Amino acid sequence: MEDSQQEFAIRVRDLVVGFGRQTVLDHLSLDVRRGEILGLVGASGGGKSVLMRTIIGLIPRRSGSIEVMGQPVGGGAQGTATTWGILFQQGALFSSLTVRQNVQFPLRENLVLSQELMDEIAIAKLEMVGLRAQDADKYPAELSGGMTKRVALARALALDPPILFLDEPTSGLDPIAAGDFDALIKTLQRTLGLTVFMVTHDLASLTTVCDRVAALADGRIVAIGPMRELLQSEHPWVRAYFHGKRSQMLQHEMR
Amino acid sequence: MNPEPLLLATPSGDVLKLRPEGPWTAANVVTLETLSRSVGADVDRSRAVTLDMSGVSALDTLGAWVLEKLSRRAASSGRSAEFVGVADQFSGLMDEVRQVNRDRPAPVAVPNPVLLRLGDLGKATIGAREDVTIFLQMLGALFMAVIGVLRRPRSLRLTSLVYQLYRIGWQAIPIIVLITFLIGAIIAQQGFFHFRRFGAESYTVDMVGILVLRELGVLIVAIMVAGRSGSAYTAELGSMKMREEIDALSTMGLDPVDVLILPRVAALVIALPILAFVGSIAALYGGGLVAQFYGDMGPAIYIARLHDAISITHFEVGILKAPFMALVIGIVACSEGLRVKGSAESLGRQTTTSVVKSIFLVIVLDGLFAIFFASIGM
Repeated sequence: MEDSQQEFAIRVRDLVVGFGRQTVLDHLSLDVRRGEILGLVGASGGGKSVLMRTIIGLIPRRSGSIEVMGQPVGGGAQGTATTWGILFQQGALFSSLTVRQNVQFPLRENLVLSQELMDEIAIAKLEMVGLRAQDADKYPAELSGGMTKRVALARALALDPPILFLDEPTSGLDPIAAGDFDALIKTLQRTLGLTVFMVTHDLASLTTVCDRVAALADGRIVAIGPMRELLQSEHPWVRAYFHGKRSQMLQHEMR
Repeated sequence: MNPEPLLLATPSGDVLKLRPEGPWTAANVVTLETLSRSVGADVDRSRAVTLDMSGVSALDTLGAWVLEKLSRRAASSGRSAEFVGVADQFSGLMDEVRQVNRDRPAPVAVPNPVLLRLGDLGKATIGAREDVTIFLQMLGALFMAVIGVLRRPRSLRLTSLVYQLYRIGWQAIPIIVLITFLIGAIIAQQGFFHFRRFGAESYTVDMVGILVLRELGVLIVAIMVAGRSGSAYTAELGSMKMREEIDALSTMGLDPVDVLILPRVAALVIALPILAFVGSIAALYGGGLVAQFYGDMGPAIYIARLHDAISITHFEVGILKAPFMALVIGIVACSEGLRVKGSAESLGRQTTTSVVKSIFLVIVLDGLFAIFFASIGM
């Protein structure tokens, strides 16, 4: 028990999730090791976001068990900002609060600390994600796409959670910004010792930052392992994903 | 179970040795702040500070920052401060924290509150001028759109117009009938109650008839429509603006005024007189019911008195105002919708502004019409 707690940050067993008559996740099992960056790939509408949202408790499950940091999820025990940070696809910043207030929000709600320290922590977080102190008083509407993602990341990390969920972190960013963002996640993961669960379509992210990649098809994890192993996988969908024309071109360029 | 964080301070000569122990994490923030404050004076007194990190069992950004702040406090007045015994797993974090909060932005000067008020007043004045400009621009754009439709009647968005009529006209009838019915009944009741003292009960019918047809019927209905449909217009157009739907329309070579605004405003201009008429009748009906059950005046007498008291002029005065009020409500609602900026808060603010402004303008317009009709003897 103690060992599995040490080794795995997230353990999903036999998870079934569906809406109405449709079954999206069918007896899915997945382990995320502590301190790794796991990339999750899958077809659009194939249940990647559903899996992430089920783990964080936004979608009810039909059966199966989910353990996060050794604690079962669901059934009253709600995860909070101290357990995990979540970067939503569109940032989901509170539009009526400034950047500083957005980052301070989890601090304010979960801890008792002086305004001075709270300001310093907020600026520290913003600088850690590569923003400047001058940006702190802007409103989300005034930010570019890349900055929005960085602020959202700073907010997700406000309480130094051990696990970070990223929903398509590089979508909508230009290749330079996406590359910077990947590097940032890698750096933060190393400094803060994070476990990162990343839903992505970005082949470059998968190749450069992910320690392991899991492929989701037909409601199950059909392949999991380092990118090298996935490229060798015989599963038809995984082959189509990584050996399609687009992917081949990208991988060729990267070589 | 969970050990408390500690901070041991041992002065040795001029050197202060600080040894943080236990979990320096956000969960213990209250203790951490107290600890760092308690050694503040010692730090200021000593010549050099050494932070021995070997006792720290857990560290996060917050804890690292509190320690870094202590070392900076010492370093700020030219004394030396150093970290020793930083465990490997924390060294990355400590290095990171050492980089942050270095250049503080100049604190924003708090402006004089009186000047701030004056500034707001000035901005509001300029804003009022801008409001007038926007109103006139929208009126002009609508006028051009109407001319375009008159030239090519096929370019009228008939489906949209009918749908809007259904939404803001037909669907509004129940609530408008209910409210105006109650208003008519209340006025009649008050009339009977107070006029009875002068023995002038029969004049209650005159009062209800004239008041409802000239003023109240159309005014109440216009205010209700401003709150019910004007706010819906603003919110709709505002969220379309936020989601760039209006920009998408423009890029397809379509004028948002033709496609979105003209059908909405036209529907209001057509529907409001009808609603005002329906509302007035409901109010007269309410008055009649009160006359029968509270004023002991049978329906036949009520109708006969009403027939004597009111003329077609009263009805005309009321109903003539309706399209103009509709135009004001429509223009304000649509132009406020187009002024929505990116945030959810802005959408709420513009919707509130739209309703407040259109109700205000409707009442002002009613006053102007009262003066106008009085001076032409209607």
